[in-house]
Amino acid sequence: MSKPQCWQEVPLATVAFGASALKVQTGLWRSSRPVIDTEKCISCYKCWLQCPDDSIATDDEGKVAGINLFFCKGCGICAKVCPADAIAIYPESEFSEEDREGGKTGADPGEVGAHVG
Amino acid sequence: MSDKKKIMTSGNLAFAEAMRQIDPDVVAAYPITPSTEIPMKFAEFAANGKVTSEYIAVESEHSAISACVGASVAGARVMTASSANGVALMHEIFPIAASFRAPIVFGLVNRSLGAPVNIHCDHSDSMPERDSGWIQIYCEDAQEVYDTVLLSVRLAEDSRVLTPVFVCQDGFITSHCYEPLELLSDETVKKFVGERKALYPLLDTDNPVSYGSFTMSEYYFEIKRSQMEGMNNVLPVYAELAAELEKETGRYYPPIESYRADDADYIILIMSSASGVVKDVVDELREDGIKAGALRVRFFRPFPRKELAALAKGKRGAAVLDRSASIGGTSPLAAEVRSALYSLEEHVPVQEYIFGLGGRDFYAEDAHSVFDDLIKGRYTETPRFIGLLEKDDKNERA
Ligand code: SF4
Ligand code: SF4
Repeated sequence: MSKPQCWQEVPLATVAFGASALKVQTGLWRSSRPVIDTEKCISCYKCWLQCPDDSIATDDEGKVAGINLFFCKGCGICAKVCPADAIAIYPESEFSEEDREGGKTGADPGEVGAHVG
Repeated sequence: MSDKKKIMTSGNLAFAEAMRQIDPDVVAAYPITPSTEIPMKFAEFAANGKVTSEYIAVESEHSAISACVGASVAGARVMTASSANGVALMHEIFPIAASFRAPIVFGLVNRSLGAPVNIHCDHSDSMPERDSGWIQIYCEDAQEVYDTVLLSVRLAEDSRVLTPVFVCQDGFITSHCYEPLELLSDETVKKFVGERKALYPLLDTDNPVSYGSFTMSEYYFEIKRSQMEGMNNVLPVYAELAAELEKETGRYYPPIESYRADDADYIILIMSSASGVVKDVVDELREDGIKAGALRVRFFRPFPRKELAALAKGKRGAAVLDRSASIGGTSPLAAEVRSALYSLEEHVPVQEYIFGLGGRDFYAEDAHSVFDDLIKGRYTETPRFIGLLEKDDKNERA
């Protein structure tokens, strides 16, 4: 569905079709970025459980493999709960411009307000 | 048309009787004086199997309106009632209901907001809600309450409107006084209100939607503008519906009732039950050859600006009688009237009066002295108070 271009096109009643947050780029809010050291990670899934978004990426074997930066808003909870000290948080400014746009594991193009329309 | 029935009843019981005939899907309420009888009577209907509604007893007014919003977006037809501080406790949820386009029909029985605690009528409970996005209709008597409830269900749910409605009546004066009332048959009411067809029911899991998701500066403004369109459609849609119900009842209520105001020189603008006294005084003055008239404002939201400007055009003086104050500003009705009349080429002088706070009685002699002020051209920048005990006042009636 294309994005509304004027007030006449926004759906009535604040409704978001599909009832899903999967297109909402909460990653745009991020000012700090978690980085997982997969060598240290024991794949206990604590970060996956506690992450307020859908940001902890897993691989085909079901192992924790990285951060989906499309969703990650940099709250730091994952680093706090990690028992293996496998997650470090860096200021976003330490990453290159290009890297900041999407990030390695979150290359989807962002859609601000994707849930409207 | 012998399927109509005449009964003696009150404004509250008229509202409850209309609810029984409408048989809404969900009623969630937390009773408060003077609207208590509405949920009380309805709970009795529900307990005795007179309705199929789900009646939800909740732990506060905030919960009552929250449950109403949830049920309404789920697709149900929902009604409730409250007054005064109960309405104030609901305040947080009112704009959400309006944004969700939840067509709730709400019996608002006007009572003064505390403190001090006072159970009697003024409009200080409904007026703070005037910017919450709800339609506000103020009724003069029990019959009008009954007819307005039926109209409000259709108005709120109309796809061009989709906006919740406050059906306001004066606490005790209208809500508790008994008067003759004509009821339509249950079948006629059921046929008139029909079934609700919700646009995006939350329980339609084949077409999932979410309501009220986080929306920052990129679309909030557009969503609000879209909401305003529903309100803009209210008066034209209301005219259609009111004409349709008139075929059954023989009664028609315009957004502003004009009482002998067509050729009047001096008019009083007023709302709700106190209008009756003003109309009597208009009749008395007319007998003395004085061209007096009254405009009873029924719709406060949307405010019928164009209708008012047309009705008040060319008058030599207008007095606005507000039953609530905006402390530090212009009283709600006076502010609307001044604003609506500002664009008229020929200036109509407007005097603001505050009356009836906390249930202070309003007498025919009060309406007489207001007309007297207009005739003598006595205008003041600040509002005048009717029936207020002033220092050195010889008036000892209060
Ligand atoms: S920083 Fe917060 S949002 Fe990002 S992955 Fe960690 S817990 Fe999830
Ligand atoms: S909490 Fe730490 S150890 Fe556990 S899965 Fe996440 S990164 Fe790996």
